[in-house]
Amino acid sequence: MIEQILNSLSQFLPEVTLVAAFCLTLLISLILSSKGRNRGRVAVPSAALLGVAVSLFFVLDQAGTSQSIFSGMVVVDPFSVFFKTVIAGSSILIIFFSLFSSEVQNAERYRGEYFSLLLALTLGMYLMSASANLLMMILALELTSLTSYVLAGYTKDAGDSSEASLKYIIYGALSSGLMLYGVSLLYGLTGATDIYGVNKALSGGEVDEVALLIASILMIAGFGYKISAVPFHFWTPDVYEGAPVTITAFLSVASKAAGFAMLIRFFKVSFIDSSVIGLPEGMWASLQGFEWNKLLAILSVLTMTLGNLVAIWQNNLKRLLAYSSIAHAGYMLMGVVVLSDKGLAAVLIYFVVYLFMNLGAFLVVMMVANKTGSEDIDSYKGLGYRSPLVGVAMVIFFISLTGLPPTAGFIGKLYLFVALLDAQWVWLAVVGALNSVVSLYYYVRVLRNMFLRDPEKDAGPLAFSMPQVVLLLVLLLPTVILGLYFAPLVDWANASVLMFGVR
Amino acid sequence: MPPMNDWLTQPGLTHFLVVSGILFSLGVFAIITRRNAVMVLMGIELILNAANINFVAFSRFTTGTFDGQVIAVFVIILAAAEAAIALAIVLNIYQMFNTVNVDEINQLRD
Repeated sequence: MIEQILNSLSQFLPEVTLVAAFCLTLLISLILSSKGRNRGRVAVPSAALLGVAVSLFFVLDQAGTSQSIFSGMVVVDPFSVFFKTVIAGSSILIIFFSLFSSEVQNAERYRGEYFSLLLALTLGMYLMSASANLLMMILALELTSLTSYVLAGYTKDAGDSSEASLKYIIYGALSSGLMLYGVSLLYGLTGATDIYGVNKALSGGEVDEVALLIASILMIAGFGYKISAVPFHFWTPDVYEGAPVTITAFLSVASKAAGFAMLIRFFKVSFIDSSVIGLPEGMWASLQGFEWNKLLAILSVLTMTLGNLVAIWQNNLKRLLAYSSIAHAGYMLMGVVVLSDKGLAAVLIYFVVYLFMNLGAFLVVMMVANKTGSEDIDSYKGLGYRSPLVGVAMVIFFISLTGLPPTAGFIGKLYLFVALLDAQWVWLAVVGALNSVVSLYYYVRVLRNMFLRDPEKDAGPLAFSMPQVVLLLVLLLPTVILGLYFAPLVDWANASVLMFGVR
Repeated sequence: MPPMNDWLTQPGLTHFLVVSGILFSLGVFAIITRRNAVMVLMGIELILNAANINFVAFSRFTTGTFDGQVIAVFVIILAAAEAAIALAIVLNIYQMFNTVNVDEINQLRD
């Protein structure tokens, strides 16, 4: 027993590091704040940054291992390592974002809480991507949710932020409550709490199909809320608009990635029929009599269509990006629907690409909001002339978000559509392509404001500090380079679709 | 009438599932109809407890293992943590807007 726990701990180092860094960050901020307010401006973020960097090192060290630890509660496999890398990468970038965000820096009283909660949020997302037990999935989901409720309302002196966190917790608690009820039904149907046992019970015994359908719809409520899929998306625009822009950016990338990791692992492990023979290499079959991928296909079409259509009417750029992130969740769901390793690899590729382009777009929003104090699309008039570098960067990020070559976004979409066509899901691919066209309209609307409209009379050129420009380039270069040289990313994604315990 | 008597004196799985189903429906009903944020949160607690009844009942009657009861204990802690954070947020909202009516707190919208 002790040996098993010690052995498990040695595979659990990334999470342990984050817990240690969480305590350390909180302690440092407490020690320093007792002697003066402004101290800890460097020490607290550095401790947080160091913690995430060390945990990322341990994550990369786990590459190639595939085993289950803590009596099957958590697994370490290429799939979870991939998502942990994406999550840790975005967490590091967000810590840098926070250093430049005037919203975060103005609320310096709570700096210790902010950075330690960021670490806790990262920990929750790690666990979401690695949990292989229904109980562990609920706990990881709740850890992620509870910390993000607090962080969404972090600038609590602002009404918007408070409102965002209230709406977030009401929708979030409802969705996780529904998911919990679904889990309880699934437990009753199968008598198992780990997802491998669930699969065994479902493929072996006689299970009431209606009850299974109700249980999985209730569980999709929980997953759908985390990835902001329609019809569980109502919180997304409000929270994205009201929360500090650093947190918005983190939620839009890392939280979605963790939600997808949990959704894919749950469905791929527990709801497939592994006894079906004669399938092409890299394809799986859904359970007999329960084609859950059709359910996800409907969700995907609704999500991307609604996200794109509503985004057209938005005037606040953060809100526009919120609807665009809903639409992107729809695109990524297409990769899950096809039930093939190829589709899964396409989702993984898309996440890496999405990390750079979406964080980049949010970085531009943050930099401009720092200077002008506004997130309205009207305040972007003539930005291309007031600050050419930022203007050009935004063009590239938006072209990439639309999915046009030669940017990384094109590669992401290309692999998704290829996977769809391979599996004969032509109608879904057509819907996805049409949606990309719609999305071009609202992205270009922002770009038109930036380049074809004259700036206000009193608006001079905007100057940004060197570190901010470097951070922008760190996000901009991969967005371009991954559009031209993407072989290593594709190889890595193909190698990362392997999950523990699934052939 | 022995069967009727059995049904009354020896509660089985169905009884617990019915109670939990009623509790779940009441929770959803409260969330949809109540406008007071605290009442909405109480509706969410009802849903969590409905799930808890399910877990314990299934654990007792169908699986025969303690897994479900362990999950129920975790869920109780979870509900407490969630309530603590939710009430802190509601308190903050009250100081900011002087109301806890979720319909009136509506600065952010399309």
